[in-house]
Amino acid sequence: MSNSTNLTMDKPTPTSLLDTGAQGLIGEPLQRTEGPLKVSGNATYAAEYALEKVAYGVLVGSDFTLGKITKVDAESVKSLPGVIDVVTDFDSFARNPQQGGETKAPTQGVEDVAYRGEIVAIVVAESFEAARDAAHRVVVEHDAPKAEGRYDFETQRHKTDKPADDQIPAHFSQGDLAGAMAEAPHVLDVTYTTPSQNSAAMEPHATTAHWDEDGILNIYGAYQMPSSDKQQLAKALGVSASKVRIIARYIGGGFGSKLGIAPEAVAAAIAARQLGRPVKCVMARSQVFEATVRRSNTEQRMRLGADAQGKLTAIGHDSLVSNLDGEDFFEPCGMATHFLYAAENREINHDMVRLDWLLAGSMRAPGEAVGQLALECAMDELAEAIGIDPIELRHINEPDCDPETQVPFSSRQLTRCLDEGARKFGWDKRAAPGTTRDGEWLVGLGVAAAARGNMLQKSAAKVTINVLGKATVETDMTDIGTGTYTILGQIAGELLGIPLEDVEVKLGDTNSPPGAGSGGSWGAGSSGSSVYLACENLREQIAEKMGVAAEGLTLKDGHAIGDNRRVSLSELVGDRGLSAEGAIAPGKQEKDTRQSSYGAHFAEVGVNTTTGEVRVRRMLGVFAAGRILNEKTARSQCLGGMTFGIGAALTEDLIHDPRNGKLVNRDLAEYHVPVNADVPQLDVVFLEERDVHANPLHAKGIGELGISGAGAAIANAVYNACGVRVRDFPITLDKILDGLPAM
Amino acid sequence: MKTFDYAKADSPEAAVAAVGTGTKFIAGGTNLLDLMKLQIETPDKLVDISRLDLAQIEEREDGGLTIGALVPNSDLAADPRVVEHYAVLSRALLAGASGQLRNKASTGGNLLQRTRCYYFYDTAMPCNKREPGTGCSAIGGFNRILAVLGTSEQCIATHPSDMAVAMRALDATIVTLKADGDRRRISIHEFYRLPGDTPEIETVLEPGELITHVELPAPPKGNQIYRKVRDRASYAFALVSVAGVLSVEDGKIASASFAFGGLGPMPWRDAAVEAALVGKAPSDAVFEAAATALLADAKGYGSNDFKIPLARRVLIACLRDLTGAAS
Repeated sequence: MSNSTNLTMDKPTPTSLLDTGAQGLIGEPLQRTEGPLKVSGNATYAAEYALEKVAYGVLVGSDFTLGKITKVDAESVKSLPGVIDVVTDFDSFARNPQQGGETKAPTQGVEDVAYRGEIVAIVVAESFEAARDAAHRVVVEHDAPKAEGRYDFETQRHKTDKPADDQIPAHFSQGDLAGAMAEAPHVLDVTYTTPSQNSAAMEPHATTAHWDEDGILNIYGAYQMPSSDKQQLAKALGVSASKVRIIARYIGGGFGSKLGIAPEAVAAAIAARQLGRPVKCVMARSQVFEATVRRSNTEQRMRLGADAQGKLTAIGHDSLVSNLDGEDFFEPCGMATHFLYAAENREINHDMVRLDWLLAGSMRAPGEAVGQLALECAMDELAEAIGIDPIELRHINEPDCDPETQVPFSSRQLTRCLDEGARKFGWDKRAAPGTTRDGEWLVGLGVAAAARGNMLQKSAAKVTINVLGKATVETDMTDIGTGTYTILGQIAGELLGIPLEDVEVKLGDTNSPPGAGSGGSWGAGSSGSSVYLACENLREQIAEKMGVAAEGLTLKDGHAIGDNRRVSLSELVGDRGLSAEGAIAPGKQEKDTRQSSYGAHFAEVGVNTTTGEVRVRRMLGVFAAGRILNEKTARSQCLGGMTFGIGAALTEDLIHDPRNGKLVNRDLAEYHVPVNADVPQLDVVFLEERDVHANPLHAKGIGELGISGAGAAIANAVYNACGVRVRDFPITLDKILDGLPAM
Repeated sequence: MKTFDYAKADSPEAAVAAVGTGTKFIAGGTNLLDLMKLQIETPDKLVDISRLDLAQIEEREDGGLTIGALVPNSDLAADPRVVEHYAVLSRALLAGASGQLRNKASTGGNLLQRTRCYYFYDTAMPCNKREPGTGCSAIGGFNRILAVLGTSEQCIATHPSDMAVAMRALDATIVTLKADGDRRRISIHEFYRLPGDTPEIETVLEPGELITHVELPAPPKGNQIYRKVRDRASYAFALVSVAGVLSVEDGKIASASFAFGGLGPMPWRDAAVEAALVGKAPSDAVFEAAATALLADAKGYGSNDFKIPLARRVLIACLRDLTGAAS
């Protein structure tokens, strides 16, 4: 018997072993298994490895843009106490991080500085303090810029190019949008804008680089996708991927910002090679803002046309987004617009404005997070214009299959999410805009749909049962705070009948089988399926040893039960133990069905009648995302997403100075993520669901579902509260003030 | 962070005696250490005053309080005498920073916080306050959080403190020890300086002069309020804040004292506001007149224009609250 089981999702998987497991672990709201390590400070993060002779690297960012570097004046600082060297490599340093999943090197070459803050050198010293002081003193001389900087979106917005098709086509057209708009009795044509945003993960980008005696580069890095990061880094350094090992056991949040290899890893690896000793490099918070990746700002024109009853005949979603020259990634604002609502005539376009700002790339739910701010506010505005309830408008426009490709939905419970949420939230209490008052506050309710496309990525894992009857799961999949350690343990424990405490999960080491990495909400479905398949294989091996058919085998509490016998796994597997590999890959199901998770967000906000301050009073999210593997970690994902939604709606705004492209607010004091006081009681409800088209777990992605639409529910609630419609996010008080009643 | 000398003082006299060129006192360090890490402040020497015996709050015979310069913000906010008689101060303190920062931040240090202007914090950008003569990046730049009153062509920074705004409404006095051993008492109204052509000089303190105490006069009559408007519910500096103390007798405003945060380079107070109120029967027309007096010379710089109508609205709301007038 082969000890590997591979599955390409070409066909649905009508049954799942998770439904017949006997261990009782699946779906349970179990505590995350690595929690005690984290709260006691014993989970080792990238910058916490205490390697012998480690030196401290601090990065030097450019304080100019669009000039050619003529000299990095390092001599004056090399003599400072503790300073070892100032390392530059204009050809090899990464201009900006790579996008997630790519196998090419990040864009390299820093001599011609492309944006302000670009990393041009690394100062290495015996102490962090010495390196930081020296880095501050390094003078980078440069030529005058050859071109005028493109620092202001407003002045550049008319010069666009059509980006290459990516996750979705840049341009899409079906039917006759203009014609349908001209004929529709109800039309909406409005433009929303969203600013650049930063993931603002708690842990800054960090790398400890160590070339060992075998010439292997060991990177302890804060990276979400070690398998592809390893290839990116190897190419950047001109070495074989077999010479690079990435270890990313714990990651203090990523939200997309740590998908691809970033400048600090390249710089630390080069410095470590040059100096012959390990180099640790942690980005300063200002550098995380300036020299990693932002979510693109967007300008989104929404056109909706509906018949007298509210049935959509036209949907237009035209987005302007931005990025650096030469970078293909475009913020796919229209991602969910392709399938969320029925309408015969559709146009979904993305055009690129080239700016000399830092890289734009993935941040939590690229596309949906900002796209649904526009789409779901537009639906609210249309409902108001027609005079029907916004939930009713969504009912009217619920498609029975993908409105563009006509393929069936793999599973879809959007209207149930809306109806269940409406009942639970007290939606019937919603009054006309500006009519509900609580002291100095105007109170309003808002709703928005949530959708996040479901993705499956190639992922592999190895599962072993040892002579003690304990299991080990190995994959280079990561846990970025999401609960991967726990759910993979639950899946293995459930399928192998082994208590969770006897399942060891080893993640984030590229010496293990390549996992999907964390991104795009595909982590649980993809890496979980690989563990599932490995365990399925182990079950067959165990059945063979028991002399029973796999279907007749029950595994529970460390024992195999079949044919009226109960044998301990320890005894069955013997001294040599058993092992198996599992691998999942996406297949035809991706095209044969439209796969997405769905939900409904409800928000109640107060708008202060004196100041225009907006405070969220309560939120509810009702979600359907296939099987919920762990009710607690899934809920936490949703809470985090909804909190991101509060930030997107009300506070987060990464400001580029239009005079020079410099980030104005590059610290956590002035880049406002929501703090505890901004986040009220958030409730999360999951609807029962199985998705046989997604993967053998029947689970869909959830990490990004919570943000998708959340901000729109808040914006719609702001309108309901005070009657002021703000289309320029975030909704800060200055944008409301003028619309408030006189004092 | 630039390397620096460090000395620990065991008395105020020793602290001022230890001062040389480029010396800073350090107490809680909640602002200074951040600025040193960013090399915005680059002292040659720190004199650590955190162990001085200046952490008491004492009642004086005249009914006022003498607050040691090292009383932590948390303790000052929670002191029963402050809560009962100087509620505006307690509320202002609790509106500032976070619990952890308030535990470390000292009374004296709070008065001397540096501005949170984005460009002051960015050593790659010109800033007259950080590097005199280099220019002001905030004028013509992004200035949402910056000042609309008391600005100059050299600087439009705001003072970030909440506590100091309340202190100004309470007519506090700052007691110092000078390097030569002299003590002086400085009214808070004379303590801060407008930026003019020297925005780097923010107070009248002389080099090496140590704040040892802050005195509050006997509790004021009337009602007190502190209202802070900000971009998120906590851990954000004031866009506009109002500290108000007001009493009404015989249907007329008998006394009024108002100070404002987020509007000017110092905790802002304008006698014209009080003149517009005192002796008048509370009414919206009177409140409007007070707001007009406050903002007569206000000047917006683009992204902070909204502060002018915002301040007007907040002051009127505070006056309604303080006088019990319904809107």
